[in-house]
Amino acid sequence: MPEPVRRIVGKAAPLEMDDVDTDQIIPAQFLKVLSRKGLGKYLFYRWRFDEDGRPKQGFILDQEEYRDAVILVAGRNFGIGSSRENAVWALMDFGIKCVIASSFGDIFYGNSVKNGLLCIKLDEESVKRLRGMAARGELTLDIDVESETIKLPGGETMSFRLEPNVKKRLLEGLDEIEETLRGYEAKIREYEAKMRPFKIPSKAVMPIE
Amino acid sequence: MAKSVLEKIWEDHTLAKRGDEYLLYVDRHLTHEVTSPIAFEGLRARGRRVRRPDLTFALMDHNVPTSDRTLPVRDENSREQMRTLAKNAREFSITVFDYFSPWQGIVHVVGPELGLTVPGITIVCGDSHTSTHGALGALAFGIGTSEGEHVFATQTVWMRRPKQMEVRMEGRFKSHTSAKDAILYVIRELGTGGMIGHAAEFRGEAVKNMSVEERMTICNMAIEGGARTAIVEPDDKVYSYLEGAPYAPSGEDWTEARKYWETLKTDDGARFDKSYKLDVSRLEPQITWGTNPAMCIGVSETVPEPRQFGDSSQRRIVERALEYMGLSPGQRIEGTPIDVVFIGSCTNARLSDLVMVARLVKGRRVAQGVRAMIVPGSMLVKRRAERMGLHRVFIEAGFEWRNSGCSMCIAMNEDRLGPGERGVLTSNRNFENRAGPGSRVHLASPLTAAASALEGKIADPRRYSLAGLDELGLEWVSPWIERNILKPLGGG
Repeated sequence: MPEPVRRIVGKAAPLEMDDVDTDQIIPAQFLKVLSRKGLGKYLFYRWRFDEDGRPKQGFILDQEEYRDAVILVAGRNFGIGSSRENAVWALMDFGIKCVIASSFGDIFYGNSVKNGLLCIKLDEESVKRLRGMAARGELTLDIDVESETIKLPGGETMSFRLEPNVKKRLLEGLDEIEETLRGYEAKIREYEAKMRPFKIPSKAVMPIE
Repeated sequence: MAKSVLEKIWEDHTLAKRGDEYLLYVDRHLTHEVTSPIAFEGLRARGRRVRRPDLTFALMDHNVPTSDRTLPVRDENSREQMRTLAKNAREFSITVFDYFSPWQGIVHVVGPELGLTVPGITIVCGDSHTSTHGALGALAFGIGTSEGEHVFATQTVWMRRPKQMEVRMEGRFKSHTSAKDAILYVIRELGTGGMIGHAAEFRGEAVKNMSVEERMTICNMAIEGGARTAIVEPDDKVYSYLEGAPYAPSGEDWTEARKYWETLKTDDGARFDKSYKLDVSRLEPQITWGTNPAMCIGVSETVPEPRQFGDSSQRRIVERALEYMGLSPGQRIEGTPIDVVFIGSCTNARLSDLVMVARLVKGRRVAQGVRAMIVPGSMLVKRRAERMGLHRVFIEAGFEWRNSGCSMCIAMNEDRLGPGERGVLTSNRNFENRAGPGSRVHLASPLTAAASALEGKIADPRRYSLAGLDELGLEWVSPWIERNILKPLGGG
């Protein structure tokens, strides 16, 4: 069950790249796990480590001034591709609490909400501007989920939009399964009672192949 | 009011609405060894059960070796995930098609061929390519692990309703071009994010004329254009594909089902938020040159030059991709030397794909120094191909004839490209390092991959005549194969 997310204050790191797919966020070899913990060390693995697992120099999140960043400012289509929720777990385990981009892969976005990783969609110009600011020097953002605002240094604010359900989920950190069963068990039963037989898999028999 | 097929299925499964989210009942939950263990763990931690084991099916595909199944699975982590799935399936009373099952295969090949996928139902799976099942007129979503746990426990999923996009394909394919070329072209035109937030409905004459398996190819890759899912309205071809399948309805249920399925048409006047139209008769074989599926050109074209791009960030993206792929700006793609050809994956490893490859390679030889492998989409595809005698065509031509799994498409087993190795793959993703660290992947159709195997270079398949079905010397053809595979190819 995710912790409530109300306010995120911290340093932003720029990731000047479009189409960052979930294979880049965490490669498939690190999907062979049985726990969601400890995946941060594999975040952006191929960009941060060579084939023998030795650290490469220069990736933005490994640079001294961005090492403690909690906000990632990316580009277009962040998190496209594979449905692997490991991408979200790796970002969060690394310490990232919020990703700002102009668009997100649909499944990644949904996975983020379930885990309490805040994904903020802004228009391309604003994303570019924030990324530029983060690249030029220290940029600390103060993000408030309730009021849907980002406070920039110097008092300027930007606003963003969250769908009401997303916002509620982030603010409350609910156990969604519990909530569904409590609120909708009767509806589920009703559907199941009138479910037509052909929607249920028949008992399999070996056919002529 | 006029409705699309998606809207009809959506409404039929809506239990409740909360803001912009809908609670949908899930008729079929398919699950595999990689994205499920943490969901099962979540159930166990809170003492929850799988609500409907009879609607839940597990199988092993991502990790499995495609070599000899009598040998031990060498990779310890793969073995552990496979064992864990078997254990979870037992504990939660779920049917599992394990490593040794005759029905093992890639989830998006197995679902339709076993009749687990039928029109008008909702299907989810912890895998982005679940959109494939839309080819049979099902509403199918790839979901994450947390959502998977929610489905296990409640048999429902909360889903925002996607906008609808009509992708209309008209005209007739020229020889040597196919569904794969069409979907690569669509992604090339719309970009990797072109369909984000949308469900794609594929329509039009060319889609009607496609076999069910070709429709699976386009629905499968819609996800690479950012689509949330994809669908094609079901027709007689779909019913024929499913009739007699082991889990499909039979007897009176079949008759009832057929009546219902007939209602699943997109009404005239149904509204789409976006529309895209393609004349497939204009297409030449397509192949990717870069590191996402939208970086694609015709096989006779040249790769882009960064200086063509006015926007500096676009220019950098192209430069980076060319460098990663080891290609020079403006070079012809055809003739680029390759190391590996992989015919496999949930995009293009069904029986009809293999028949097309056989028609091209029959009596010809894979070039020296090229490793060419065929990984059937399922063990059932493999057995059917062997009954027909196709495997002999492949082996004589110099292809490796392997067992089923996701294989080189995701490189979680031993099948991978080495650093800097270049391959033509019939799969769906050419991301950096996707087929192994430093791998250089070109996505293409089975025919383009087969022609490239023969030349040891990226090749234009149009230079090769295709053997007629009667020239393949098919040894044994079942009624199912005749109806659903050979007939759409102009035989049987």
